[in-house]
Amino acid sequence: MSNKKEWPLFEIFIRSKNGLEHRHAGSLHAADPTMALENARDVYTRRQEGVSIWVVESKDIHASNPEQAGELFEPAKDKVYRHPTFYELPIELKHI
Amino acid sequence: MKDQLTKYLMMLGDNAMILGHRLSELCGHGPTLETDIALTNISLDLYGQVRSYFQYAAELSGEGVTEDTIAFLRKERTYLNVVLLEQPNENFAHVIVRQFLYDMFQSFLTPALMRSTDERIAAIAAKSIKETKYHLRFSTQWMKRLGAGTEESKSKIQAAVNHLLPFTDELFVMTAVEKEMLEQGIGPDLQSFKEDYYIKVQEVLEQAELSLPEAAPRVVKGKTGIHSEHMGYILNELQYMQRAYPQMEW
Repeated sequence: MSNKKEWPLFEIFIRSKNGLEHRHAGSLHAADPTMALENARDVYTRRQEGVSIWVVESKDIHASNPEQAGELFEPAKDKVYRHPTFYELPIELKHI
Repeated sequence: MKDQLTKYLMMLGDNAMILGHRLSELCGHGPTLETDIALTNISLDLYGQVRSYFQYAAELSGEGVTEDTIAFLRKERTYLNVVLLEQPNENFAHVIVRQFLYDMFQSFLTPALMRSTDERIAAIAAKSIKETKYHLRFSTQWMKRLGAGTEESKSKIQAAVNHLLPFTDELFVMTAVEKEMLEQGIGPDLQSFKEDYYIKVQEVLEQAELSLPEAAPRVVKGKTGIHSEHMGYILNELQYMQRAYPQMEW
């Protein structure tokens, strides 16, 4: 298996229902985007998990460097006033 | 008439069951994790259809008959599936071509069954049409991929086409049961879409850069219970549990 030519890796995003955002579900191998969509349908939506699928080739995703986590994320740590936690939300509001 | 309808339901169900069984043999053995799941998903879809047909057949058959006895406790000569679907999983190309030839047939048969005067059959067909469309999409894509792929994939899938296509003639043979069903408005005239079927098949073969084999149609009679040598082995595996432990359940 491993010595065969591998298909490229795709990242799969599934929207679980209309109105919600697509969420990262996992990844899989496929020869091209069409096959990636079909494979994603079979691997990630066989229990009715989704109404829409996005696939992105993994190499097209640019990621932040974990080594820079300190300078990137820590400055936000002590700035609670950036959270909208001082508002009371109506109970009808969901998914926030 | 009730007898003929029961037989017709078995024909429809047996096709789905034998193909579903062949696909289930690949569970855990597919060429990649993704295709493995895709093929077993198709198998599960087919088994869903089998259950609908056999539950209906069991109701018509009366006491002591259940979907399980129909599936597992018949003798070989009373299984009415076409011989095409018994053909073994020689390699992935054979799996795909067998699937494609059946899916294409179903893409004509299922809409026709949706117009059946038998409401139950029409409902089962209406439920399975989406599955059928997806199966055909899946197998057609793989036909093209393998046909226009590497030299190796092309030669393997051409060999599979050469072997399997001659079996498709049986799909369109009108047996006594099917003639009776046509008369009752329950089943369609299979000959009515034979030409369109081969036009569509040829279209895909062309797109897949494959050629239509010259071989004459194979005369086989699975629909009247005369099967190939593969059938015994399939039933041996399929029936083992019920034969070894009669009436077992889990």
